[in-house]
Amino acid sequence: MSPEDRLAETVRDEGRRVLATLIRVLGDLQLAEDAVQEAAVAALRTWPAAGVPDDPRAWLTVTARNKAYDMLRREAARPGKETAADWSAPRQSADLAQEVLEMAEPDSVVHDDLLRLVFTCCHPALAREAQVALALRALAGLEVAAIARAFLVPETTMAKRLVRARQKIAHARIPYRVPADIELPERLPAVLAVVHLIATEAHAPSAGDDVVRVDLEAEALRLARLIAGLMPGEPEVISLLSLLLFTAARRPARTGADGQPVLLADQDRSRWDHAAIGEASALLADAVRRSGGVAGPYQLQAHLAACHAVAASWPDTDWDRIIGLYDLALGASANPAMALNRAVAVAQRDGPAAGLAALDGIGGLTRSHLWHAARADALERLGRPGEARQELLAATGLAPTGPDQRLLARRLDALATRAGQPSRGEDR
Amino acid sequence: MTLYAALLYYPADRYWTEETAEWSPGYASFGADASVAGVLRGGEALDPPGMATTITFAGGKDSDLVITDGPYAEAKEALGGFFLIEAADLDEAIKWAAQIPAAWRGKVELRPVFPMNGPPAGQ
Repeated sequence: MSPEDRLAETVRDEGRRVLATLIRVLGDLQLAEDAVQEAAVAALRTWPAAGVPDDPRAWLTVTARNKAYDMLRREAARPGKETAADWSAPRQSADLAQEVLEMAEPDSVVHDDLLRLVFTCCHPALAREAQVALALRALAGLEVAAIARAFLVPETTMAKRLVRARQKIAHARIPYRVPADIELPERLPAVLAVVHLIATEAHAPSAGDDVVRVDLEAEALRLARLIAGLMPGEPEVISLLSLLLFTAARRPARTGADGQPVLLADQDRSRWDHAAIGEASALLADAVRRSGGVAGPYQLQAHLAACHAVAASWPDTDWDRIIGLYDLALGASANPAMALNRAVAVAQRDGPAAGLAALDGIGGLTRSHLWHAARADALERLGRPGEARQELLAATGLAPTGPDQRLLARRLDALATRAGQPSRGEDR
Repeated sequence: MTLYAALLYYPADRYWTEETAEWSPGYASFGADASVAGVLRGGEALDPPGMATTITFAGGKDSDLVITDGPYAEAKEALGGFFLIEAADLDEAIKWAAQIPAAWRGKVELRPVFPMNGPPAGQ
């Protein structure tokens, strides 16, 4: 990491903590964000020459707070403008050093502020896409332009989405607080779903030309680690972090030398990140210990990812265990994508006829390229190449990204020149 | 404190049934609890949509007044009443709204009451 990168990292990391505190002090998310943004710009401008202050967080806090008061003063000076009711005039302090000292919040306070911010951003009264945008903006500290790029929408669209979300928080008075323990079971899933959605978009992009969105994967991991640090001992939080690490560990092998995607069945497992797998396994074991035998949905998914991570090869995978885990997960809630993966596992354990029957038993997937591709696989193994070809063509027409389409095109070519080869699995 | 309108919606086909009378104790206890807590600022139950009359100057203020029977649009859910709840924040308003029988007979929509001296949100 270059000194510039390290500086930017510090500003972003501390900026997030400063933001969380300032929202509480100012009671206004938009104002706090704008102020922290300006403070970050000031830091990146002055620190390289003047050196990083001893307490970067306190420096950023004071600077951001002063910027906020400047903005409020400018706003109040505008004719016909109501002043914010719960804003009291700032103390004018000549002694910046003293002020910095006062503003240096103890870590425990910053910890609580960050946790408040997590739950406000992911409040169920906000639409999921607004939750995701807010989490990436306020928690991960991404620029609006970067979030817009991540979700392939114009920057103005993402900016409007964020403005609307902040207005909803302000007008509907979505509180800035950590839910009580008794509320946690109904509030935590939304937080985890936001992180999981970002990770899913990273690992299976809904559009674009990347096999894996490395930038988003890093953000999802950053958020998962942040939340795991804020809520230590929550089994589902630990499980989600474990799941994300298991999936991220496969990334080096998911792209071939030619830049094309490689399915799980064909991946060179020596290229997996075994340090990440080790951390993920330890986290999963911890989650199991803490959950008292009741596996939540993320723990089940982490177990599934672990099955693949420990298998020496695709044929050596413990399909019995995988199918059992899917049955548990599907018993808790219907999920066509999981049912599809279960059917792929059934095709491995019980043969293509059983796999095809399982695939055909799933409703609502006729628009999924993965479903058609899985049917193609089973049909080819059953010696029905004509039908397999039709399915691959259907899948190609539905595939959302360039890499998906090219992968299917390769399979079409292979099908034309081959008969009765071993099957392929989907890395999803 | 923020004032919220809790708008009560019922399935249109089950608005007025024998069950309706059974709801009364639920409403009575919500009303009593919310009043004692000082959060209830008003509320009314509405006659069914069949009793509604809708008026509109369909072509603008200078056009003819059109008066029609029934609600403005056929909907699966019918507005059946409302409460005004004053709460510190949305979570507190949700806590109260969750005690209104409409929340399990149909739906409760919580809308912040628009302060008449400020700009509207989301415009």
